[in-house]
Amino acid sequence: MDAILLQILNGLDKGSAYALIALGLTLIFGTLGVVNFAHGALFMLGAFCAVTLSKLLQLSFVTIDATKKDFLGNPLKVETPYVEAWFGPEIGASIIDWAVPLSILLAIPVMIAVGLIMERGLIKHFYKREHADQILVTFGLAIVLQEVIKYYFGANPIQTPPPDALTGVANLGAWFGFDLPYPIWRIVYFSFAALVIFGVFAFLQFTTFGMVVRAGMADRETVGLLGINIDRRFTIMFAIAAAVAGLAGVMYAPINPPNYHMGMDFLVLSFVVVVVGGMGSLPGAVAAGFLLGILESFASTTWATTTIPGINQIIIYVVAIIVLLTRPRGLMGRKGVMED
Amino acid sequence: MLGLNNKKDFTLLLVVAALTLLAPFVLNPFPSDSAMAQFNAGYPDLMQRFVIFGIFAVGFNILFGLTGYLSFGHAAFLGVGSYASVWMFKLLSYNIVPAILLAVVMASIFALLIGYVSLRRSGIYFSILTLAFAQMSFALAYSVLSNPKFNLTNGETGLQVYANDPQVFHRAGLPDVPHLFGLSMRSTYTMDVGAWSFSFNVGYYISAIVLLLVFYLAIRIFRSPFGMMLRAIKSNQTRMSYTGLNPRPYTLAAFVISGAYAGLAGGLMAAMDPLAGAERMQWTASGEVVLMTILGGTGTLIGPILGAGFIKYFENIFSKINDTVLHQWFAFMPDGMEDFMVFVIKPFVGKGWNLTLGIMFMLVVIFLPGGLVEGGQRLGKWIKNRGKSKDSPAKTEPAE
Repeated sequence: MDAILLQILNGLDKGSAYALIALGLTLIFGTLGVVNFAHGALFMLGAFCAVTLSKLLQLSFVTIDATKKDFLGNPLKVETPYVEAWFGPEIGASIIDWAVPLSILLAIPVMIAVGLIMERGLIKHFYKREHADQILVTFGLAIVLQEVIKYYFGANPIQTPPPDALTGVANLGAWFGFDLPYPIWRIVYFSFAALVIFGVFAFLQFTTFGMVVRAGMADRETVGLLGINIDRRFTIMFAIAAAVAGLAGVMYAPINPPNYHMGMDFLVLSFVVVVVGGMGSLPGAVAAGFLLGILESFASTTWATTTIPGINQIIIYVVAIIVLLTRPRGLMGRKGVMED
Repeated sequence: MLGLNNKKDFTLLLVVAALTLLAPFVLNPFPSDSAMAQFNAGYPDLMQRFVIFGIFAVGFNILFGLTGYLSFGHAAFLGVGSYASVWMFKLLSYNIVPAILLAVVMASIFALLIGYVSLRRSGIYFSILTLAFAQMSFALAYSVLSNPKFNLTNGETGLQVYANDPQVFHRAGLPDVPHLFGLSMRSTYTMDVGAWSFSFNVGYYISAIVLLLVFYLAIRIFRSPFGMMLRAIKSNQTRMSYTGLNPRPYTLAAFVISGAYAGLAGGLMAAMDPLAGAERMQWTASGEVVLMTILGGTGTLIGPILGAGFIKYFENIFSKINDTVLHQWFAFMPDGMEDFMVFVIKPFVGKGWNLTLGIMFMLVVIFLPGGLVEGGQRLGKWIKNRGKSKDSPAKTEPAE
């Protein structure tokens, strides 16, 4: 029982990342009808927002403490981060410690700006072109973004630890009378992802803006004829999708040290998730994200890998192939979206 | 001539033949001791890559250019071809003929299986299915197929020939590298003419001849009724099925043919260097052939070869440019200016080559969907029309 529960929990964090990226992909696809191959790069940019902020916070100046000696006998050089000098050592240290959660505040405006620039500058011109062209141009953009990051941050993964309070392992099973240790940050990640997902759905469901967007997804032309500037709303939705991917990346940084190609690795899987969930279906994308994350985690157990070697590597693709062939619209696909 | 009814096609074949066969001269225009020698590309390793990736891209273009099906998993067939030929080296001998034959056969079988499944869907679904299959093959080749009991791919190290491999047909007189009935792929004849030095490599010439053969085949496919069918699939599949034709067998045939081309390229790659690694199957490798085809010109005959040559040439040249070279180039400028220029250009060269490639690719997709070929045509038209009066009648577009 607890073994099964543990696998489900293990799948949740990766599943959350898949779900968040797939949600953004589906939003973009459902509103603009554009296949965005650069979405993984947006996820990566989010993770590097966390890296940048934690580096910025650790910027420090050097003072020489003549009273102490280092091991060579020279006066000790003390590096004091500016933050500690400004806010006092205790608050400063905790600000540095909480760099990753704080990056959310940086990531939201940055990712919205990136999304707006990307949509107005590039994607706008590709509404009417073939899907193949959209795939190709966003693929090119993904290469560019990832190479820029590689130029400034290098090719190696950068360790970005979570706050001390949230590291370590919590025993989730203690309440129910059995042993179930689980890393705290992963719980945080899952809760955060759930919050973001609910936020997006609530925004679409309960605000006038969201209502207009949903109407536009169903019938863009009619909404336009009613005198609503639907393009502008879709642009904003693109920015929101970019921000969602960015937030997924920010919080994922402590789980998996960010490197410049992490976006591509997630992108391939997220596309598979979108296809399994059903092109154009938001709940489908989220459900499929969690489902595939959990399936992957079950496939990585020793029992599964000894029964069918390598099943953990291919399970997602196998599921995708089966779903595409048996239920062409995906699990929750809507009729008339991307059918040819 | 040669069954090519169109005179233009024959000229094109001749041009490609001349270019590939004279490549050692064409690609080495600068004396080997001059400062410009770094722009020379006439050494065997690079020339082999030109033609092998040319073959790969020509094959990819038969699928993407004619039918419009964008496969993101073609590298899988290249990898299968490489593995198949290295296995032939291990089991039989270093002779490349059985190796390349098996590479083509295996890649075709793979393409048949994957194509049969993937081609049930079209558009973006097809792209994602092929991508999924290729990533699956990559993951399998990288991990599972290299366990001690059943070591098919040798995992991370890559498959290579070891001294204790059976090699049943290996004889004492034969070279210990891939060869064609005793003619080693690595043997190179270097001709020194004054300050120039040209190298003629056996491996390169064999690949070049293969390229010419498959290019000829591609021309025939493009001009055949079969090719017309494939174009019909691209322009309007529904209309095609309404006329009573089932498009799927045609698409599948195109998929298998392009898979076989990829396998051939993989086999040749292994023949030049008897090593096969899983990273050849990764989706970045599939992306590369897509880039080549688009950059050169999708759906044109010469485009993919141009694209492959272009990307491989600039990859090689750009990667070699480092700080020292840049400082040499801008040495004539005042110091501050020089540093500034180096600072501006540096991200795009050396390790940053992929950035340049990405930008170039985006520009091509945005402004020049027909690739380099279209660029050339536009330039040609512009030069032709420059002298004429401006008020020429507007060209009328035929109705769809």
